[in-house]
Amino acid sequence: MSERGMTEQGMTSRGLTEQGMTEPGMTPLAEQVLEVVGRVAGSGADAEVHVSTGTTGLTRFAASFIHQNVAESYARVRVRVALDGQWATASTNRTDADAVQRLVESATAAARLRPVDPGYPGPAPPAATLTAGNWDPATAMATPEDRAAVVRDFVAAAGGLPVAGYVETLSEQAGFCNSAGQQAGGQRTTATVDGIARTATSDGVGRSSSVRLGALSGAELGGLAAAKARSAEQPTDLAPGDYEVVLEPSCVANVLEFLALHGFNGRAVLEGRSFAELGGQQFDQSVRLADDPTDELSAALPYDVEGTPHRRLDLVVDGVTRAVTHDRRTALAAGAQSTGHAVPGGERIGATAADLRLAAGDGGSSDELAGRMRRGLLVSDFWYTRVLDPRTTVVTGLTRNGVWLVEDGTVVRPVHNLRFTQSYLEALGPGAVLEIGSQTGVLGDRWFDSLTVAPSLWLARWRFTGGAAG
Amino acid sequence: MAGARYADARAMHSRYESMFARNGDVEDLVQRESVGVGVRALVGSSWGFYAVPDPTPLAARQAGRSATGIARASATVPGPSVDLADVEVRQDSWANECAEDPLSVPLGEKGDLLAGVTRTIHAAGIPIAEAAYQIWDTSKWLVSSAGHRIDQRIRECGGWSSATAVGDRETQRRSYPGVRGQYGTRGWELVREIDLAAHAPRIAEEALALLSAPECPAGETDLVLGSEQMALQIHESVGHAVELDRILGWEAAYAGTSWLDLAKLGLLRFGSELMTITADATLPGALGSFGYDDEGTPARSVDIVLNGVWTGVLSGRDSAAVAGLPCGGMMRADGYARLPMVRMTNVGLLPGPHSLEEMIAATDDGIMMDTNRSWSIDDQRLNFQFGCEVGWEIKHGRRGRMLRNPTYTGIGPRFWGSMDMLGGPEEWRFWGTPNCGKGQPGQVGHTGHPSVPARFRGVRVGVR
Repeated sequence: MSERGMTEQGMTSRGLTEQGMTEPGMTPLAEQVLEVVGRVAGSGADAEVHVSTGTTGLTRFAASFIHQNVAESYARVRVRVALDGQWATASTNRTDADAVQRLVESATAAARLRPVDPGYPGPAPPAATLTAGNWDPATAMATPEDRAAVVRDFVAAAGGLPVAGYVETLSEQAGFCNSAGQQAGGQRTTATVDGIARTATSDGVGRSSSVRLGALSGAELGGLAAAKARSAEQPTDLAPGDYEVVLEPSCVANVLEFLALHGFNGRAVLEGRSFAELGGQQFDQSVRLADDPTDELSAALPYDVEGTPHRRLDLVVDGVTRAVTHDRRTALAAGAQSTGHAVPGGERIGATAADLRLAAGDGGSSDELAGRMRRGLLVSDFWYTRVLDPRTTVVTGLTRNGVWLVEDGTVVRPVHNLRFTQSYLEALGPGAVLEIGSQTGVLGDRWFDSLTVAPSLWLARWRFTGGAAG
Repeated sequence: MAGARYADARAMHSRYESMFARNGDVEDLVQRESVGVGVRALVGSSWGFYAVPDPTPLAARQAGRSATGIARASATVPGPSVDLADVEVRQDSWANECAEDPLSVPLGEKGDLLAGVTRTIHAAGIPIAEAAYQIWDTSKWLVSSAGHRIDQRIRECGGWSSATAVGDRETQRRSYPGVRGQYGTRGWELVREIDLAAHAPRIAEEALALLSAPECPAGETDLVLGSEQMALQIHESVGHAVELDRILGWEAAYAGTSWLDLAKLGLLRFGSELMTITADATLPGALGSFGYDDEGTPARSVDIVLNGVWTGVLSGRDSAAVAGLPCGGMMRADGYARLPMVRMTNVGLLPGPHSLEEMIAATDDGIMMDTNRSWSIDDQRLNFQFGCEVGWEIKHGRRGRMLRNPTYTGIGPRFWGSMDMLGGPEEWRFWGTPNCGKGQPGQVGHTGHPSVPARFRGVRVGVR
């Protein structure tokens, strides 16, 4: 589990200084924590400090009413102390002076007691960030009433179909500094509307994310979900086998996230677990994939957890693998530079791209792509995807929220959900991508609180290995 | 109360420590501490919840007012009236048994253990040797407007090791004790008992052997599952399916619903007569044990499947009231800042009459699989496809050569209906799963799964 699964704690009214509490960035507070490290661990210690505060609100609905509605304010202070290759991290949700002192003492004591880490890369050098992060004041100030209004619109647009889903807003301000002189700060907001409409025999989905709640329409997404649910009613069985597919953006985002985690991940490359071969024509020449935490769609902070500034990284250009992601540890081992992709828990899972951008094509909407398909399936959504072999990115999972059989460019009938077992790499391999849609979806990544941008894809082959009902 | 007709508040102080080693070096050491309070308020038929990182009375009152305000916002998109099932209101203290406080064991000793285990595996020719432990020490205090006054201290820990061999085209892994390790509501004695070092050479050898082992054949055959994979089978295809919030549609958009229909409770055949499953939060040392759930309901044991017939669900006070069932006391939250929700406790099989050796001896042509590698199941918890780290041929009552990439697939009730042999009390083991994800915002739950080996007839295997 990523640190997202851990409890996020809130800022108290007893922060080290009022200045640290109220500045747009949290860098001053981080600097004060760094001073404490210097006093406790000595001037020779390496240290990095990350401070963040924020609020989240999530309004959940089911059976067309709000059944869970939560909010929290949180803060986190995370310290890494390194003494000649012995290092430890510690974190707390308290920002008062006593708590910070205990935190630093704990990290320092732990570092002294653990074995030396020969792969410790040292702190990130000073470097300027490229952005301050995308921040929408209205989203940062969103109230439970604002979120409820979006839910109300979603419910109304479903035209009487039962609906379920959530509306979430998040705002965060953060600061970083380390003993090598790197300082950075930033802020971000994110909003997501994600819901389904249901008939007795089908579900349809509408989902989108943005840095601005105001950019998301509950009515539009509720209407979309209802239309999909109605068109997927009364599905029938379809024999498993290989089919052409048009994958809508939610499915494509899932494919990209697996490729990033298992393939473009510097640690996986170093350990021989990755398919990635720099310079190899590993994808269809229409595939152009980048990671860009700095664009106007991004919900990322301006730097990674090691303080290295984020920047755009082209992973695949015209089907050729051009780069893999590194944090400082994997970069040191590979003789490369960090690409700014250190993530929480990265010592275990490696450096991971989380702001993926697959370039749109000129294929139009997913319906237009399907309109040119001789025989295949139009798929809305994937569910419970799990990797069977990381190196070949063979993944099994199921379809969800609508699958339709298409013949001679016409949707002929909805079909029951199907299980697939498919190499994601091969699915996007040379000659396998028939067309790329021109409309993109902006979709939240549950693991990293980031946003993926993906169009629909028309693929030559997808291997369905069973029906969900047996 | 600020206008709420019911409210409760949970203050929590949580400490967490984990260490991770790879190839003889400790690469990660994390210590976390948090404190705060979360307040839940019911206004009319609508809930609100607000959490703050400050457990002082002033902050708690502020959180209470915010929770009430959120509940009023919920009421703008209202649902049916909400009642809470009656439970005994207690004032009590509870703590689990813990022979050796895991946070007090010196870091150097823990680091030496993990570094040594991974050094042994790496030295055996394994390129990726990993080991880790995790420790949780949680104190919590619950008060409610109904009169609950409960404090608990729960200490949990466990660990794991793994060997990943890299071949020309694929990777193969062997883990010990299981892919998620072994965890319990116990102290460091649990980690000492699983003895990671003793098993390091074996998993290294097996991972290397898997690279050149034949592929698991595709087809239909008799399947013997070891108890670790059985724990996963129970968790995914029974535990989640009987969560009442899923059955009621409250998780429809994300975790999904359930194939189970409440109208068939007590009537539906879930599996063979050998199948008896309980949800028992009172098992000493099991990871899903506690004194009281996060609504203050005392821990209890509930029959889920009795001799193959579906008899029970996992529930909390509000879901039980909607369904007209007794409250199961299964509401738990992942920290003070999360809303309690229906969670598995220790959902597992009661042991049967057979031994693993008897199952193998009774199988003329089949496959044995163990140690989960991949897991995928549909949103109604009906169609599953699971992969294991290792398989073995069974021919004429004997375990034969190793098989790589073993997978099997099935439909829940048909699969459980095909179970004709079940391991006995001597093989009954309480597996702990520390990473069960559910809810929005996401929550990580700790669940226990008493399990034994079992045999299933006519299962589709080798799905790739």
